[in-house]
Amino acid sequence: MILKALFAASATAALLLSLPANAAELTIGFSQIGSESGWRAAETSVSKQEAAKRKVNLKIADAQQKQENQIKAIRSFIAQNVDAIFLAPVVSTGWDAVLKEAKEAKIPVVLLDRDIDPSGKDLYLTAVTSDSVHEGEVAGDWLAKTVGDKACNIVELQGTVGASVAANRKKGFDTAVAKHANLKVVRSQTGDFTRAKGKEVMESFIKAEGGGKTICAVYAHNDDMMVGAIQAMKEAGLKPGKDILTVSIDAVPDIFKAMAAGEANATVELTPNMAGPAFDAVAAFKSKGTVPPKWIQTESKLYTAADDPQKIYDSKKGLGY
Amino acid sequence: MTALLPRRGLAQILALIVILAVDRVVSPQFFDLRLQDGRLFGSMIDVLNRGTPVALLSLGMVLVIATRGIDLSVGAVMAICGAIAASLADSHGLPVVLAAALGAGLVCGLWNGFLVAVLGMQPIVATLILMVAGRGIAQLITEGRIVTFTSPDLVWLGNGAILGVPVPVAIALGMLILTGAVVRGSALGLLIEATGGNARASELAGVGTRAMILAVYVWCGVCAALAGVIAAADIMGADANNSGLWLELDAILAVVIGGTSLFGGRFSLVLAVLGALIIQTMNTGILLSGYPPEFNLLVKAVVVLAVLLLQSPKLSGFAGIMARLRRTKP
Repeated sequence: MILKALFAASATAALLLSLPANAAELTIGFSQIGSESGWRAAETSVSKQEAAKRKVNLKIADAQQKQENQIKAIRSFIAQNVDAIFLAPVVSTGWDAVLKEAKEAKIPVVLLDRDIDPSGKDLYLTAVTSDSVHEGEVAGDWLAKTVGDKACNIVELQGTVGASVAANRKKGFDTAVAKHANLKVVRSQTGDFTRAKGKEVMESFIKAEGGGKTICAVYAHNDDMMVGAIQAMKEAGLKPGKDILTVSIDAVPDIFKAMAAGEANATVELTPNMAGPAFDAVAAFKSKGTVPPKWIQTESKLYTAADDPQKIYDSKKGLGY
Repeated sequence: MTALLPRRGLAQILALIVILAVDRVVSPQFFDLRLQDGRLFGSMIDVLNRGTPVALLSLGMVLVIATRGIDLSVGAVMAICGAIAASLADSHGLPVVLAAALGAGLVCGLWNGFLVAVLGMQPIVATLILMVAGRGIAQLITEGRIVTFTSPDLVWLGNGAILGVPVPVAIALGMLILTGAVVRGSALGLLIEATGGNARASELAGVGTRAMILAVYVWCGVCAALAGVIAAADIMGADANNSGLWLELDAILAVVIGGTSLFGGRFSLVLAVLGALIIQTMNTGILLSGYPPEFNLLVKAVVVLAVLLLQSPKLSGFAGIMARLRRTKP
């Protein structure tokens, strides 16, 4: 069922991508959350690039992590009578009133990166998001394939306890690993998505697992924690990427630097290009009336050392990560 | 020995020993030590190394609290100074980097001290301003990214070793000795305690309370700056969003565990640092235990409660009464 939906979503996305970019005169308002993370900054700069590619006039409003600012921005976009509104919602509830106003003004709204609660499903055109459960699965499948039949003890660096992304990335990885009896997650702790905590937790994992000799792989819910963990392994005299395999999620530039140095093995991309598919969906909707599916899933691409990490690092480092 | 370990330090030392014993139970290799690349390696070293930022913060915080103040901005000051250090590290020498970062910490401390001592603002509100604004300033410096550097000098500050002892630990120890020598080697400590005990009476008795308050906030800022530089050096990058996040609360907790009252007056530097070590011993133990992370905060809360109960005068009074009752029973 899910697979079918995924297939349909990706097929539609592919179809939309192949459409000619004839959105020359579109004006789109984008209510961005704010500069909460490097990924967010990269999303903003990629959105600008994608808009320039399609000659879309993109107006970005920075909400500084506040919902009331986002609501104000949407109201002002409605007043300016833009062709469409992109919204990266800071929270999942409380959007009904303002989205109804947009609907009455006949301005389609596209959600980027995050979804809102189910009661508002008919209030937006589509949501372009990544599937974080799938990201965990991709990471787990890569590890299973790389390890083969060898027994492998995995340690896991979780994201912040209670964050849905952390829960989903754990769930996806667990699902993938559960299919292989030789893979076992022996330790799992939270590193709060930060480098410092990732390093601290990895230090304790190494001590608890006989100096790291019994650890075969590390899985981190984001690259930042992995960068910290790589330092911890090096300081313990271990060789990350060789003695201990690494797989993490996000594909931020610094993990490619580690990969180029042979200290990291794989990362799953959370693409900052959420706006691209959204532009295409809006263009098709405006010109041909094509109604996109409610969910456009972005690709969770796997990168390994075979993908010329140095080149990817160079291309990504200017994006504001 | 009794001079070194005052009676009021017994509860903390007892707590530390108990927590160490528990750590040994959950992780049999807890006390194992070996040399790795000329640096001591083991869980005990992790405790000292990871406890360094909070220990440094608590050194400044304990003096501020002794004047009946509080400094909520230390976490944000860490982020600012770490960001400055990381931005300059690859283009300037270590002395310039350190001077800039510590100078920024000093300015932050002056700002807090000015608001409290000169304008007479309530410390919790005055320092809240920098707590909120400071993280924004740090994010402006790093432009919201994690600024990484490769300067071996600065990296050494976080990951190097002096005779096997990690540099951060050596720095914290040095700062403890320096601060102790300054405040306890002179009448300064007494004047700080007098300011916190009764500012008006001290003022009338001729103590320059304003200067005292200004000085403790400045020192707190410098300590936070050093903690920020070490935190940045540790991960070879400045993470403005997360560096020092919520550490002001850990520092206050360390001071309180160390038996210094939030109402000012008598303080102990050594016990504040011991408080920081108690917190970190517990954190490291939790990480080694292998329990699911959902339990982390719960375990921490229970242990902190137990340590504070150990120190509660009411409770020890209660225990005394019970003991006496038991004795008088026929």
